[in-house]
Amino acid sequence: MIRVALIGLGKMGLSHHAIINPHPDVKLVAVCDSSGYVLDILNKYVGIKCHTDYKKMLAEEQLDAVFIATPSRFHGEMVRAALDMNLHVFCEKPFCLDLTDGQRLMELAESKGLVNQVGYHYRFVATFQEMKRLVDANAIGRIHHIRAEAYGPVVLKPKGSTWRTSRSEGGGCLYDYASHGIDLVNYIVGRPHSVGGTVLSKVFSRDVEDEVYSTFYYPDGKTGQIAANWSDESYRKMSTSVTIWGANGKITADRQEVHIYLRDGSNEKLNLSKGWNTRYTTELTGEVWYYLRGEEYSAQIDHFIQSIKSGCRDTRSTFRSALEADLVAAMMIQDAKNSHVDAAFPAGIGSAPAKKGKLWPSFARNLLD
Amino acid sequence: MPAKTFLNYYLKESKVERILFGDNQFFGVNHMSEEKARAQAMKFQDIKAIIDVLDAAYDEGIKVFMCTTHERIGEVCDHMRAHPERYKDFQFYPCMPYAHKYANAVTEMGILEALKSFLPEEGAFNAMFKGGMSLAQKDVEGLGQLLIDAEMKMFHDLQTPVIFLQNVVTDLLLGLDFKEAFRIFADHVKNKYNAEPGFITMNMPKLLDVLEELGIENPIVCSNINKIGFRMCGGVDAYENAIAKRHFRPVAMSVFASGAIAPKEALEYVCQQEKIESIVFGASSRGNIRQTKQLIDQMSSYA
Repeated sequence: MIRVALIGLGKMGLSHHAIINPHPDVKLVAVCDSSGYVLDILNKYVGIKCHTDYKKMLAEEQLDAVFIATPSRFHGEMVRAALDMNLHVFCEKPFCLDLTDGQRLMELAESKGLVNQVGYHYRFVATFQEMKRLVDANAIGRIHHIRAEAYGPVVLKPKGSTWRTSRSEGGGCLYDYASHGIDLVNYIVGRPHSVGGTVLSKVFSRDVEDEVYSTFYYPDGKTGQIAANWSDESYRKMSTSVTIWGANGKITADRQEVHIYLRDGSNEKLNLSKGWNTRYTTELTGEVWYYLRGEEYSAQIDHFIQSIKSGCRDTRSTFRSALEADLVAAMMIQDAKNSHVDAAFPAGIGSAPAKKGKLWPSFARNLLD
Repeated sequence: MPAKTFLNYYLKESKVERILFGDNQFFGVNHMSEEKARAQAMKFQDIKAIIDVLDAAYDEGIKVFMCTTHERIGEVCDHMRAHPERYKDFQFYPCMPYAHKYANAVTEMGILEALKSFLPEEGAFNAMFKGGMSLAQKDVEGLGQLLIDAEMKMFHDLQTPVIFLQNVVTDLLLGLDFKEAFRIFADHVKNKYNAEPGFITMNMPKLLDVLEELGIENPIVCSNINKIGFRMCGGVDAYENAIAKRHFRPVAMSVFASGAIAPKEALEYVCQQEKIESIVFGASSRGNIRQTKQLIDQMSSYA
């Protein structure tokens, strides 16, 4: 039995708790949270050993691994404490808001040979895995564009003040929603080398962005775009999709299905016909031992546990890959501060003040003249 | 279980209706296609479109609407109350809660504030916290009852002989091993609403163990039951075995696995298992409703 503990009993923590607990290879030894009410209930009704001080828990309990599902600003110190005790670590996303800290933790985990995983659960959604498999098998030829979108109804009115509404704690649409899109892009086609045109706008929130848009650039000329908006009431829950265009067709995927369009002929090896092909989650998704709210949440935990058992250290969502997602998010925050091209009107046009904008392209001025 | 409750339970235990009409199609839920789900959400944004389909189902002889406590169901309830003659045999099997409402609110506000926002009045909640005592020491049962009452409010003066706990809550509690919550739910549903408790789950064999341990006899348990084993945790064999051998009232949902299995083949599989009491399905047109009902009726009669 793998002996594990869980730190953080918010939405993700409770969800992990309910999935870890019935796992046949795992003994959930103890849980830890700083706030009393959920802990009191679990202690009284569930009978699990509860701690309020994670350091004490790590010191007192005999553990093999720890799950960390606290707000992101605590990840750094908690992951370090766990690694220092030679524990395998599963940490919620986003991994580490401080990139230098994140890098040190990644190096520490790798040098110690400990299993390290971050909760980017979309990597465990069967449709996105299928998409990656097809891209890796060159099903649609040279990729020239990828687009990841995530929409949902989280902040729908001007209020709310949890850690999710504070950027410095890892909240906001960028860390909560867009980070999944970023990670999927990194997973499927690799990390962009630069970003541009980033927009981080508020719709209802006071302190964080509610919508995120950005363009990604790759050394080979490929581009990507990301769009995320957690203030979209037309979705009943978070909805994520990815579309990839290649020289020989395109693939689009969401949680339920994968559509593949092939331009030139069929691909027998991949069992794809010319034109449209559809694959559904019902045929792609493997069985899990316990279902709570999507196979992927169970699958990622099982992947972590099996990695510990088998000695495999290269999980599907490592600290290293999560750090790359953090890095792209950081690039986007930096980019959003950059100035944009101004609409400095040429003299004599409209009522705009005559301002000779150096960024106004000369061909446009010629056209207007 | 106290003797009185036990007796009461047995006296009113009844057969669950054979065919239940589901509501996924009305609220943009489709486990196979987001595009289809969106098209359906558009089609049914007018409550009249929902009522028309419910009328079709009712006129085809399907008396039960098994529905989430989505706020729009409130409008359906208003309609039924306004036409008592037309719907005198119409029954609701409410499934609570509409979980995304809670999940989105928890993301926005945190667990405690989210709970607070769904309770009928702040006073009741605040009363539980007075004197600085924690929730657990105070009254988890009371909180559970208030949450159930809040979800049941829209169904006043309507028939709700069975009340279900939604799978995301059932399976959260089951995974946590929070068994007491099932008892709280079952007792309150019986005592206050004179209804039978039902449990929706994706982990049926495991849930049966816990309900049995709690002494909840012959429970109504709704789970995916389909030929391809879609979202049937424990596997097809474990499900078939439990259905054949264990003492409970199985309700089959997702029998078509969101369209992955052809209707006839899908219903044959379910109807062959004699102990399955009910089948829930959703459809958007009278033609589909009639066809599905006919298939179930035919296969059930010679099963």
